[in-house]
Order: sequence, then structure tokens, then C-alpha cells
Amino acid sequence: MEYLSLVHLKEGDTCKVARIQAGSSATRRLYEMGFNTGARLKVLKNDRGPMIVGLGGHKVALGRGLAAKMLVGRA
Amino acid sequence: MAKTIALVGNPNSGKTTVFNALTGANQHVGNWPGVTVERKEGQTHHNNQTYRVVDLPGTYSLGAFSEDEVVAREFILTGNPDVVINVVDATNIERNLYLTTQLLEMGTKVVIALNMVDEAEAREIHVDEKALAQALGVPVVRTVASRRKGLDQLMAAAAATIHAPMNGHVELSYGKAIDAKVARLRAFLAKGDFPYPQGWLAVKLLEGDEYVRQVVSESPALFELKTFRQFWDETVIHAGDLQLDIVDGRYKFVGEVTKHAVRRPEVEVETFTDKLDRVLTHRYWGMPIFAGIMLIVFQLTFAIGQDFLGEWMVVGMDYVGEGLDRLLVTLNAPGWLLDFASNGVVAGVGAVVEFVPLIVILYMLMGILEDSGYMARAAYVMDNTMRAVGLQGKTFISMIVGFGCNVPGVMATRTLENRKDRMIAILINPFMSCGAKIPIYLVFIAAFFPTHGGIVLFSAYALGILVAFLVAKVFSKTLFKGEVSHFIMELPPYRTPTLTNVLRNMWDNVSGFLARAGTTIFAVVSLLWVLAVLPTGAEPYGPASILGSIGQFIAPIFTPAGFGNWQAAVGLFSGIAAKEAVVATLGMVYAGVEEGAALVTAIQGAFTPLSAVSFMVMTLLYTPCAATLGTIRKETGSGKWALFSAVYAFAIGWLLAVAVFQIGSLMGFA
Ligand SMILES: Nc1nc2c(ncn2[C@@H]2O[C@H](COP(=O)(O)OP(=O)(O)O)[C@@H](O)[C@H]2O)c(=O)[nH]1
Ligand SMILES: [Mg+2]
Repeated sequence: MEYLSLVHLKEGDTCKVARIQAGSSATRRLYEMGFNTGARLKVLKNDRGPMIVGLGGHKVALGRGLAAKMLVGRA
Repeated sequence: MAKTIALVGNPNSGKTTVFNALTGANQHVGNWPGVTVERKEGQTHHNNQTYRVVDLPGTYSLGAFSEDEVVAREFILTGNPDVVINVVDATNIERNLYLTTQLLEMGTKVVIALNMVDEAEAREIHVDEKALAQALGVPVVRTVASRRKGLDQLMAAAAATIHAPMNGHVELSYGKAIDAKVARLRAFLAKGDFPYPQGWLAVKLLEGDEYVRQVVSESPALFELKTFRQFWDETVIHAGDLQLDIVDGRYKFVGEVTKHAVRRPEVEVETFTDKLDRVLTHRYWGMPIFAGIMLIVFQLTFAIGQDFLGEWMVVGMDYVGEGLDRLLVTLNAPGWLLDFASNGVVAGVGAVVEFVPLIVILYMLMGILEDSGYMARAAYVMDNTMRAVGLQGKTFISMIVGFGCNVPGVMATRTLENRKDRMIAILINPFMSCGAKIPIYLVFIAAFFPTHGGIVLFSAYALGILVAFLVAKVFSKTLFKGEVSHFIMELPPYRTPTLTNVLRNMWDNVSGFLARAGTTIFAVVSLLWVLAVLPTGAEPYGPASILGSIGQFIAPIFTPAGFGNWQAAVGLFSGIAAKEAVVATLGMVYAGVEEGAALVTAIQGAFTPLSAVSFMVMTLLYTPCAATLGTIRKETGSGKWALFSAVYAFAIGWLLAVAVFQIGSLMGFA
């Protein structure tokens, strides 16, 4: 299975978190907020500015820099 | 002794609402010892028993990554709460239970308030609380805190849990490799004497938790064992590598718990929030809408707080003043006391108190925005702009808090994990025009721009933001270089604001304003009054008084800015004690100059429209008040930064005020 970076997904796409390659404290924060291995995401907004993703029915805004470091697989 | 109940939960789970509903008016705000994170405490009654309720900061985890987490964890570990009420948002139960899992691992007595069940139902998310209670081994009570539903049952469960024996703590499985290490560590830890469950200590050590590492390394008995030292060096020191596996392990546990207890719809119900967000976070419209909302807030503040309620306050203050005068006359009070009362206290403190209705309205409107969930969107739409000046969107929240008062504004920077972000956010916060400065603008608006109040006020706020951005840009290129930090922020669903929350939030702020009017402002005004009537022989409130001499000494600095009169200088000087004191002082010195003339009339005589603008620019930007400087010192851990803030803000305020006046004059304004 190949992984791609979250920023390349389009609005409406769904995916699963595979790996996060950010710094250790940002990675941990993301994990604790529910972006842990296997978490299902839905891209709600991806244009300019931070992305908005749906996670467990809630919305989280993610800076693009960070989203670029999140590797996801198709769900 | 009253038993202690601690409230723990994720941000936006409804903790504040539960706290307000439980404690009602019996609450107060203080600070945690040693740190300036706000601490709310209150009392509640159940079955004729009184309980102490402590609201802990909202957190996603009980690690040690931000100050808020540390505070929450410290209190659970060392504050000895008799029970923890864990407020869980039913619509987002998996992530909320991650925190619950940590509480259970710590061996804390927990009662779960399964909150927002109304919303969960609307979104067809069904939670079987009995199954949940069974799986977790703790009581679970359904609540709708905003409508006070389920709170009696919640208190009953909490009371019962306090008296029930502890039923052991939960131990999770983290997979073979980690479990083996945990078992090994536990065997060692059993030889030490720790006040915490060994399983929890072991897991925390493997997560690389600094605090627990410290606790364990202070146990000499363990380190005498060669085998332990070896294990410590080989495993514990590098344990941070395991932390993500441990987080995954907790989520796996949560997944098993919710598998049978939670049912979600196949297709998510599209919510009102989704529809509204399409507009409010729109890539082009988001920003203008935010600006529009703020403009409406200020216009409404004026329409209701000033034009409608403000008039009554003025009439009321006159009435109080005359009454006090008459009372003192009938009591045969000496002339100086009469003067002190009417020209010192009533003119000074009264000038501040007149603005209470306006501040009440402003805080209520801001509270509505806050409680509705819109503030997170404001941070979102600002992220791009913030990034351009080297900051991130979340910083904007601390700036908005600063609109109320810079003291909590500076404290709100604690949610920023990165030091560079935090230092800049602290240093620019005083440019956010706080509530105490409003009276100053209002007096000048009344004198020169009576028909454009909302616009002038809006411009003051906008200029403050603009200057903050420019300064941030400069700081991020010079004093605090480094990478822009990441932006991670939850966007909570839009909710109808709760009246209690809005009123509560307003009162916390307004009571502070009133308390300052009665203490700091009163003291400053009294002192200035003494300086204004001495030495005997000099004309009171005149240029020959001590106050007049001080003012005349400072005034020339402000001549290039167009307000080089001694009254203005004294006003600005007193504003360093507290910003409300500026108007109080002007009220006093001008009331003395022109007997019987209202402050506004006196100001029309002493300023021109242009110098009024430059004076407002100066008051917006110059040296922060003493309380803010004190907070900056505490939060940065150094008096140097406080001094820096005092000086550079003065310089910027002065430069801009001079620029406004000089350029304005050249352009032919007066
Ligand atoms: N629908 C609904 N809204 C709630 C409930 N409890 C709290 N709220 C609202 O949720 C929002 C966030 O609540 P708050 O208490 O500030 O959350 P905190 O961040 O945990 O302190 C506010 O708008 C509350 O009015 C509830 O049970 N049902
Ligand atoms: Mg709250």
C-alpha cells in the first residue's frame, strides 16, 4: 500500500492515518488528539490556509506544513 | 472538611457549563500557586452536604506538554481530590475517553458526566451508558449541562463514589513488547515506596515522562540495584521512542470499550455547523465577515451601552454627586473634604464608573461569540495573516482575550507550546486595546466625533492589531528567530450560547473593573487630588500645584504630538497605574479648571480633533498598566522583558502619535 501526504487529498476524500513525520511533540499532540495510527479522516476543506479535517465527527484545523507531514493511506 | 470534587475534561466538552451549573454564584477565580493559569473554585450542595468544586484547565491529555496539562495533572496527583468528575463530550466520545483512560490508569476515583447527549442524539450517535460504565468500571451519568439536566444524578454518583472504596485501577495492554517492559519495571518499582500505582509509573516511564522519571530517580533504594541501573540506562532513557505506541495502545482500549457501547450512523448527518462553516471559514469571505462581525459588536456596544444605558449612568452619577455634597454639607464637613468628594472622588472615580454599562454590553457580546464557538473560526481565518508576520492562528485567541484585559490575554499565551510564539504573543498583547481604555476613547469621541463612535472604536482596535502585526514581524526577524510553529486547533460545533455562561463571563470581567475603580483608581485619584491642591496658596488644580508642576515637566515631550498641555501629561502618567485612571485624572484636573464644566466641554477646549486622535493613538499604544507589566514579568520569568515592554511600547506610541499629528497638520487637518 502506498502512502501519500494529507495535503494532496481533495475535499470530500477519506483516508486513514499511516504515519506522522513531524517533530516529536507535534506528532504526539496529533496522536493524542486522535490522529493515531489507523484513524479515519475526512478532508472537509483544502484550499488556502489551514486544512480542515473531520475526525470522529469533529473538526480539526491543521496547518498546511503539518498536514504535509502526515502520511495517509486510502480508506 | 468539605470533600473536593475536581472537574476534568477536554476543551469544549462543557466543563465550564457543568461548573457554573453546579456552583452558581458560589465561585471565585484565583491563580494556581506559583503559576498564573486561572483557577476557578466554587461550592455546591447535595443532600445537605457542601462540596468544594475545582475546575481544572481543559486538556486532551495528562502529559506534561503544556502548562495546562501539568496543572491538571499536579492537582489530581497532589491536590488529593476526593473524586474526579470527568466531563465527556458524547459526540466525540473516542477522543474524550483517551483522557478518561489516563485517569483510570492513575488510579483516580472517577465519575463520568456523559455530556452533550442532546447533540449526540440529534446526530444519531447512540451511547449506551450502562455498557460504558460496565466496560470502564466507573459510574456514567448522562447530562445536558446547558439545560441543567442530569446534574442531581451526577452529584449523587459523585457523592457515592467518594464514600465507596477504591476499586483498583485499570491496566491496559500495550502489546507484548511493551507489556514485558512494564512487567519488568513493576517488579523493580515494587521495591521502592511511591505514592502512585506502580503500573502507572511504569507506563509513564516508558512514555518518557520527565516528572515521573524525576520521582523515580529520587529513590536511592532502586538505584543501588545494578540490574535496575542497567535496565534504566538501556530502556528508560530511550523510552520516548515508545510513546506513540503507548498512545495507540490507549486508543485501542478506547476502541474496545466503545465497540459495544457506541453506535454511529452509517452516513454522518450534515449539521448546521457544516453549513455555517462553509460561509464563515470561506477562503475569501472568512476575513471580511470576521471584520464585519467585530464592527457590528462595537456598533451595538455603542447603541446599547452608551446611547441607551450610558445616559442614565450620567444622570445617576450627578445624582450621587449632589446627594453626597448635600450629605457632607449637613454634616458640616470641612471645605477640603467637600472638594475632595466632588472634585476628587465623584469627578475622578465617577468618570470611570459611568462606562460600566458599555463594558457590560461589550463583554456580553464577546461572551456570546466565545460561547457560540465562533472564536475558533476567527483564529482559523486569521492563520494566514498571522503566518505572514511570523505567528500562527492560535496566537490570535490570546489577542482577542487581550481586548478584554491584557492580564488574562498575556496568560492565555500559555496554550502556545513554542517559546518563540509565546514571547512574541506576550510582547504584542498590550497593543490589543483593553476594556479599561474604552472610557478614554469615549470621552474624546463624545467631544469630537459624537456621530462616529462605532467607527472610531473599531479603528482603535484595528490600529492596535495592525501595530501588533508589524511589531511581531520585526520581532520574528530579529529577537526571536526560528520556525513558525504548527497550527492544530479544534473547531467546536456552533452552539447556542448559554445565558449563565455569558453573564458569568461578563461578571468576572466587570467585577474586576469595578474592583479597580474602588481600589487602584480611588488610590490614584486620592493621591493626585492631594498633589493637585498642594501647596497651599497655589491655585488648586492649577499649573502651580505640585501636580501641575509635574505635568509641566513632562508635557514638552508631547508637544510634537499636539497635546503638550500639563493635564494630558498627568493623565498619561497616571495611566501607568491603571488605564482607567487616565479618564479619572482628566475628570479631576479639568473639573477643577473650569468650575462646573463637564469633562467633555473642557476637553473640547483643550484639544483639537487632530490632537484628540493623536492622544487616542498614544493611549492605545503606550506603556502597559502596572498589572500587565507584572504579569509579563511573571510569564516571561524576567523583569527585563517587563521593562523592555514598558519602554518600547512608549516609544512606539509616541512615534505614531507624533506622526499622526505632524502628517495631519501638513495635510491641513486641525
Ligand atoms: N447542546 C449542548 N450544549 C452544551 C452542553 N454543555 C455545554 N454546552 C455548550 O457547549 C459550549 C462549550 O461549553 P463550555 O462549558 O464552555 O466548555 P469547556 O471548554 O469544556 O469549558 C458552550 O456553548 C455551552 O453552552 C450540553 O450538554 N448540550
Ligand atoms: Mg471553559
